[in-house]
Amino acid sequence: MIRFLKRQQRYWQLYLLALIPFTLVLLFSYMPMYGILLAFKDYSIKRGILGGKWVGLKYFNQLFTIPNFPLILRNTIVLSLESMVIGFPFPILLALAFNEIANRHTRKVLQTVSFAPFFISTVVVVSIIFQMFSYRYGVVNTIIKALGGDSVNFLGIAGFFRPAYIISGIWQGAGYSSILYISALSAVDVTLYDAAAIDGASRLQKVLNVDIPCIMPTIVITLILNVGNILSIGFEKAYLLQNPVNYKYSEIIATYVYKTGIEQAQFSFATAVGLFNSVVNCIMLILVNTIVGKISETSLF
Amino acid sequence: MTTQVKHRKSRLNKFSNLPAGDKIYLSIVYLFLGIFLLMVIYPLLYVVSCSFSSPEALIQGRVFFLPVEPGVQGYEAVFSNSRIWRGYANTILYTVLGTTISTCATMIAAYVLSRREFPIRGFLTVFFMITMFISGGTIPMYLWLKSLKMLNTLWAIVVPGAVSVWLVIVARTFIQSTIPEELFEATSLDGGSYLQYLFRVVLPLSKPILAVLAINFALGHWNSYYSALIYLNDASKFPLQIVLRDILVQNSVDITNSAVAGDVNNQMHKQYLSELLKYSLIIVSSAPLLVVYPFLQKYFIKGTMIGSIKG
Repeated sequence: MIRFLKRQQRYWQLYLLALIPFTLVLLFSYMPMYGILLAFKDYSIKRGILGGKWVGLKYFNQLFTIPNFPLILRNTIVLSLESMVIGFPFPILLALAFNEIANRHTRKVLQTVSFAPFFISTVVVVSIIFQMFSYRYGVVNTIIKALGGDSVNFLGIAGFFRPAYIISGIWQGAGYSSILYISALSAVDVTLYDAAAIDGASRLQKVLNVDIPCIMPTIVITLILNVGNILSIGFEKAYLLQNPVNYKYSEIIATYVYKTGIEQAQFSFATAVGLFNSVVNCIMLILVNTIVGKISETSLF
Repeated sequence: MTTQVKHRKSRLNKFSNLPAGDKIYLSIVYLFLGIFLLMVIYPLLYVVSCSFSSPEALIQGRVFFLPVEPGVQGYEAVFSNSRIWRGYANTILYTVLGTTISTCATMIAAYVLSRREFPIRGFLTVFFMITMFISGGTIPMYLWLKSLKMLNTLWAIVVPGAVSVWLVIVARTFIQSTIPEELFEATSLDGGSYLQYLFRVVLPLSKPILAVLAINFALGHWNSYYSALIYLNDASKFPLQIVLRDILVQNSVDITNSAVAGDVNNQMHKQYLSELLKYSLIIVSSAPLLVVYPFLQKYFIKGTMIGSIKG
């Protein structure tokens, strides 16, 4: 034992340094995990977070029986599935398109432009949507009127929520997400292009038979990671875009947790809802990883 | 590399010399790219132009591309609003403090994990990685910060996310792959300790990765609104993004606070001005990032690249 401690002695500075991030992670990542138990207990202000009575699955039963539960779950799944299916190809197409620009300088400038929205906050993105589609002053309605149409109150249409959510997501993230594919494309072995050229391949055939197969592993990994996050779609944008009209599309698990937990202080119930969300996420990740692993050789674990 | 260049050159052939199929294909590609980039730029251009137009031109819908009746009335309104100033000051405070704390904590974690001989290295790696997959969730975190008496303080904003596990891995990979192990051996032969090695060798050689960390954290703090929404309830502590939400999304703009009930025209003008203010506010809040990002984007790209090699 003493010899063991002696051996550790020369690492004491490393132990000391490690203590800083260790404490931070322990305090702000692990301690809150302990609070998950709250989902199985009655919260009482008097007895602290975990002093309450054990109630088992009471709050999960409550969740499954609220009338809006199917709606919220469906909204969450549909919104993230649509975001993924519609948004996923864009960065890939963008990368392939950038790759066709021969002039390095032009390519660099255009790429820089495509990143710009990534640096804009969600609040500002939602504000820009509101301003451009505003009923009275928005530029979209100005154009509609100029073309002889009648103003449309876009923000008062429930169905406006999903396109706004999905398209603004592409607007904000496609340029940035294309980085990964662009770098994968730059690593493509050029002899493959030469071989394709000898076979008389056209541009499109080179893309289909050389580029896409070469970046397939990157595509698959990104896909798995995206699916793993299927239910953890952003609270921020959904909450900001939400109004009483589009509630039937915009209420998702995350906004529901915020409302019941933070606004109404139903702590145990909201914890249960959050936990349900994480568990479904975890199952999805494992499921997709196994399926993809069976189909191709690339998998996450 | 030379073949790469040759290849690029060969792709440079005059467009007109290409076979018909390639022409059609390239036209479609350029069209797609053109439309996409136009869609990226137009909203930004539109907001900038509106912010520099006159309130009347804006309300009458005369702004499409460039500013109409150029002026800075919107900016004057923004800068005379004390809430916006305070939000700005708070955001700068949170960003500077948060970025400093996070960069230090994350870099220390990365350094410790980069020392292969450190006995608890494996344990620490797992300890950190687990938090990428499991978290307590919103409410347990809220209650825990409450019991720590951190709610409604700036510490709730700047401390909890200090160690970013993803960036720890990025920085560790950087240290291990770019700083030669011989430097460590040389330092220890000279009797240097782990701390001396960190400060005299690792940190000076890690400037690029420190930039990656700092920029990632700074962007996160500048644009963050979720933690302020949940953990702060004192309006004097609200960061810019919360003020933005109140004014832009919830429409609770109040620039008429100086108003002695004026005549109708004056009221109208004020209402127009509050509409114009929104555009100027969007620019004022986003400009710092939009101006610097072209110079910093390589650090984001670097972070993404190193991160993807491991992940």
